[in-house]
Amino acid sequence: MLEIKNVEKEFGGIKAVHDCSLAVREGTITGLIGPNGAGKTTLFNIISGFYRPDRGEIIYRGERIDGLRPHEVYHRGIMRTFQITRELQKMTVLENLMLIPKNQKGEKLRHIFFDPGGVRRQENEIKEKALAVLEFVELISLRDEYAANLSTGQKKLLEIARVLMSDADMVLLDEPGAGVNKTLLGKLADNIRRLSAGGRTFFLIEHDMDLVMSLCDPVIVMSEGTKLTEGRPEDIRKDMRVLDAYLGV
Amino acid sequence: MVIGGLEGYLIVFLVMSGIFAILTLGLNLQWGITGLFNIGIAGFFAVGAYTSAIITTVQSPDHLGGYGMPFITGILGAGALSGMIAWLVGIPTLRLKGDYLAIATIGIAETIRLIFTNESWLSNGTRGITGIPGPLREVLPHYYYNLFYLLITAAFAGLAFLFIERALHSPWGRVLRTIREDEMMAAATGKDVFHFKMQCLVTGAVIMGVAGGLYAHFIGFISPEVFKPMQFTFLIWVMLIVGGAGNNKGAVLGAVAVWGLWTGTEFLIDALELSTDYQTKAGALRIITISIALELILLLRPEGLLGETKKTFD
Repeated sequence: MLEIKNVEKEFGGIKAVHDCSLAVREGTITGLIGPNGAGKTTLFNIISGFYRPDRGEIIYRGERIDGLRPHEVYHRGIMRTFQITRELQKMTVLENLMLIPKNQKGEKLRHIFFDPGGVRRQENEIKEKALAVLEFVELISLRDEYAANLSTGQKKLLEIARVLMSDADMVLLDEPGAGVNKTLLGKLADNIRRLSAGGRTFFLIEHDMDLVMSLCDPVIVMSEGTKLTEGRPEDIRKDMRVLDAYLGV
Repeated sequence: MVIGGLEGYLIVFLVMSGIFAILTLGLNLQWGITGLFNIGIAGFFAVGAYTSAIITTVQSPDHLGGYGMPFITGILGAGALSGMIAWLVGIPTLRLKGDYLAIATIGIAETIRLIFTNESWLSNGTRGITGIPGPLREVLPHYYYNLFYLLITAAFAGLAFLFIERALHSPWGRVLRTIREDEMMAAATGKDVFHFKMQCLVTGAVIMGVAGGLYAHFIGFISPEVFKPMQFTFLIWVMLIVGGAGNNKGAVLGAVAVWGLWTGTEFLIDALELSTDYQTKAGALRIITISIALELILLLRPEGLLGETKKTFD
């Protein structure tokens, strides 16, 4: 579904991503692990259009997407989240979700003034969907709260809610488990599994090995900007090269 | 009915308040809602004023124009040219992060003022353009003319208010606020950030240009001196900050309140019966008063008199 071919990205002489090739198959929850500085987040930034690769290709559903701008990548059906939760602080939880659907009529000035009825109808549909999503992730009581006032765990749930709100086929999650307690972690994992069963493909960076081992298959290991190995979680666990990469031997 | 001195003064005050309110609404769209750091308001205002003046005045050897077109054509031209300049400024700067737009806009505003100062064929240089006509000025007695002009200004201010308010409480406004809060997030959720910022910069500039046209026709005379950054850039910022960035009602309230304070210092100077030595320094007193007001607001009520309101749904 997503193919990365010989991608390179250099920052001032340092190769953050170096001749990296890997693939994510449709319907999987593919994990991406590796020591700090391995280039995982850089790779996500390249896939989602925030960075342009110096070399290499990114192919999504048979079409090249490298060189597209971030909003164009989103329109192709790839959604990403950020390592540090980026909620829209002075906007309510509900608004954070209502923003997500693409091609909203009311985002065009001419429709606002010449087709207010159509805009209102669509806005109502989006609102109903957002309310249902909030009900599902159990954030409904906070619907009119500014997102800035949410706890870290609630912000992570809001992130999942944003994924639910979108119609993206592929979701890139950058450390969904960071700073989340065990109970909530289980809830997040359940949500990801349920969404995956619903037909979405996940590609996620995670440092919590328990979460990776229980959730992801396959697991891809990155080290020094490139793919080190890939396999089933139980094999990765036993792979000495992976241990070496983490320990820097 | 005869309009006396005080009422006459009040009407002039309100017309100017209306023009300031339009400018502040334009800035609210750009900064309060979208986070575009425009500190070249006076430039767009000047383009509007000169454009409308050139379009509507009768032929003169002193400057370009003399097209003698009607008032409304002048106002439309003012908005259009100001918007076009914003578009040109936006192309290279809007892809960059916030501060670059600030530097570019202040640079453009100063460049515009210097062009109007030095290109005499265009604008009659420092002597400025005189005899800018006003609608029905020849027909109506002076006082009634001002009253009539107040209605026109109020109509334009109302239109700007309703336009921004309507657009704001729509998905369009939601995208603009998203860009203000987090540009990367907006892009990651499929919004074409550059496109929305451009729409907002240009729309704001059109509004500022219209205000410039209204000013030129009201005063009847413009010169580059008027368009120094003090009155029509920094004062507008004070108005928005005092009134409450992100709130259209706040923008209007801030415009009236700060303009009241600005003109009010004139009475204060008279009342204090200062020596002539101090009277000549009255301008400084004005700036000090405004600065103190700004400091007080920032300390006591940083969100402004009317802060941004939370958007909720039934």
